[in-house]
Amino acid sequence: MSRLEVLKTYKIYIGGQFPRTESGRYYTPLNKAGNPLANVCLSSRKDFREAVVAARNAFGSWSSRAAFNRGQILYRIAEMLEGRKAQFIDELILQGATNAQATTEVHTAIDRLIYYAGWCDKFQQLFGTINPVASSHFNFSVPEPTGVVSIIAPQSNSLLGLVSVIAPVIAGGNTCIVLASETKPLCAVTFAEVLNSSDVPGGVVNILTGKPNELVKYFADHMDVNAIIYCENDATHHKLIQEKAALNVKRVYFYDKVNWQSADAENPYFILDTQEIKTTWHPIENIGGAKAGY
Amino acid sequence: MAKTINKKNTVKLDFNIEYAPAPESKSSASIKSKYDLFINGKFEKPLSKKYFDTINPATEEKISTVADANNADVDKAVKAAKNAYQKTWSKMPAKERAKYIYRIARMIQERARELAIIETMDGGKPIRESRDIDIPVAANHFFYYAGWADKLSYAYPNKKIEPIGVAGQIIPWNFPLLMAAWKIAPALATGNTVVLKPAETTPLTALKLAEIIQESDLPPGVVNIITGAGATGAALVNHSDVNKIAFTGSTDVGKIIQRAVAGTNKKITLELGGKAANIIFDDAPLDQAVEGIINGIFFNQGHVCCAGSRLFVQESVYKTVLQKLKDRLETLIVGDPLDKNTDIGAINSKQQMDNIHKYLKIGEKEGAEMYQTHCVLPKKGFFIPPTLFTNVAQSSRIAQEEIFGPVLTIQTFRTDDEVIEKANNTPFGLSAGVWTDKGAKIFNLTTKMRAGVVWANTYNKFDPTSPFGGYKESGFGREGGLHGLSAYLK
Repeated sequence: MSRLEVLKTYKIYIGGQFPRTESGRYYTPLNKAGNPLANVCLSSRKDFREAVVAARNAFGSWSSRAAFNRGQILYRIAEMLEGRKAQFIDELILQGATNAQATTEVHTAIDRLIYYAGWCDKFQQLFGTINPVASSHFNFSVPEPTGVVSIIAPQSNSLLGLVSVIAPVIAGGNTCIVLASETKPLCAVTFAEVLNSSDVPGGVVNILTGKPNELVKYFADHMDVNAIIYCENDATHHKLIQEKAALNVKRVYFYDKVNWQSADAENPYFILDTQEIKTTWHPIENIGGAKAGY
Repeated sequence: MAKTINKKNTVKLDFNIEYAPAPESKSSASIKSKYDLFINGKFEKPLSKKYFDTINPATEEKISTVADANNADVDKAVKAAKNAYQKTWSKMPAKERAKYIYRIARMIQERARELAIIETMDGGKPIRESRDIDIPVAANHFFYYAGWADKLSYAYPNKKIEPIGVAGQIIPWNFPLLMAAWKIAPALATGNTVVLKPAETTPLTALKLAEIIQESDLPPGVVNIITGAGATGAALVNHSDVNKIAFTGSTDVGKIIQRAVAGTNKKITLELGGKAANIIFDDAPLDQAVEGIINGIFFNQGHVCCAGSRLFVQESVYKTVLQKLKDRLETLIVGDPLDKNTDIGAINSKQQMDNIHKYLKIGEKEGAEMYQTHCVLPKKGFFIPPTLFTNVAQSSRIAQEEIFGPVLTIQTFRTDDEVIEKANNTPFGLSAGVWTDKGAKIFNLTTKMRAGVVWANTYNKFDPTSPFGGYKESGFGREGGLHGLSAYLK
């Protein structure tokens, strides 16, 4: 008698835990042949709000970690992903990719994590400045993370796109809530398991599954979210996001023109998008000049 | 009108100085009785056929009449800017572009005295500030950005450098010429053309700048300056040929603008309100800190988005600091902005004065204790004496909302953690101040303040090379320095 396969329950990822949606709702994305992929959590507004609380709580310690340490953790994510390559390739194939496409996507995703792991302790040197002010002051500007970022991940490239939007955000010290691809959510949940075993503190990345049409409004209007990233070319959503974002002057980024498989999809300017520039002044005492310049 | 230092309710001062009046002469300022709109290199009568008065807030006398641009005027200005962008400015070699901007910087320097007088007459700020800060820093801003024009590829490695197109720029009344410089200089250096709208209460130095730009032979249409109130600004924001909106002003209006451009491809940068914490530790050099507190909140009558309007004093030195502050407050000279001895000039407008009075009432109603200096205010004009509030709750509206006037709230704290929490507990995030002699403590505080500009053992310093702008609801984008370029690049 053949062995009965154990099916996986796809749950969401909030604050380092894997709960089901509080709403008890689910949806059933289909594969190319029209067969159900799995029963997936249809996350609610309340799930999102709980994820924001988790992300905000995680922000202080994540943003104050040494940049070098964040680099090591991103590298660790890549290591874990490498070790579970086969599972991701299987899931991508289930979701309709060819074996070759799936393999390329997983490899590129791993390499992209390595790429951003390296930037963690370097982009500050690229984007920070020492400013030669005319008065007797020492003045410098450094990038600091914007805060909590809500992300609607790309619908296609369900693994590579997801990794490509999360990596620069957390490399820069932000925390985030990500809505996975609606039709291809399997890899996102499995990626949450990778994160959970990669020394990424709970709450730094929170992953929900569900429908953008239902949730985009809340991703855009939450008052404790500082920035929003949206990856589709949907004019209605763009307008809605920009209008709601104005409630608390959120930073809005649309990555709808990015080809996630291309080399253009990785550069430090993606990190800079969710950074704020802080400028610090301090007087320089002019010894002997008797002009302290306070 | 000599002023005497009033000593009532203060510790004994062992001096008593009377300052003789030292008014700056108005004779070197030439102001026309009427100003039209500066469009396509010429002063054009408004299609609206309407004008409005601009008054001196220190005397309530009319200074001049300026055009009130309507939708058709805005359209004309935007078309001129678009035409200049396509035909001239985007095609000009960057080195040539730079030389025009340098030329404007030099001409501002040459006419600095005149500009300072007009700035003070139109806006009410002390002549000492317009002379020593507003005008020179405005000129320096043009000078700084001029040099960037042909060096942009070094600013953003491996990135394609492209201007955005027509920039619509709306500026406030607190630093009229300086804000015009902050907006125009980087926009031109990066190859954009401009339609600028100064605030309706302070249009004159922007119009003088228009005269300078005309004299500089800058190609027509590269900079257009149109005057008007909110409706003019709205028309500019909503014009379909504007590619970029840069706004400095209140958070409320900033949010309206952010909503208004939703669904368009317009780029936007916002420099909005603030409610900065100015934090005094017990190991700070207290006399210097008191000067910093004064400069932090009373500079430019407190009409400063980065004003240090929330003072946090460590409990152990609270009484000492409060007494020193009150003593120092009594020595501040409030009055004629054109007098070179004046520390605090006129409130910019009647409307703003009413708004500040509203907050004074709210503060008292909420149970805070108000202290005002005993200076004698001029009979005419809009003036408010420097004001302190003690016994202020963190939740109080005077501690949460931007007052934009010479009003300081004072709270105390015991530990570093407590003050970091309190200081960051605001939707704003523009600036902060920290006063302590301990270097390690400075960096603990400066890194934990969620604010774009942090002054340690100093306050309210500005420089063209130094990026300025906010976190959170204080806006996004930077002005000044290398970082200020990106606001005008695709």
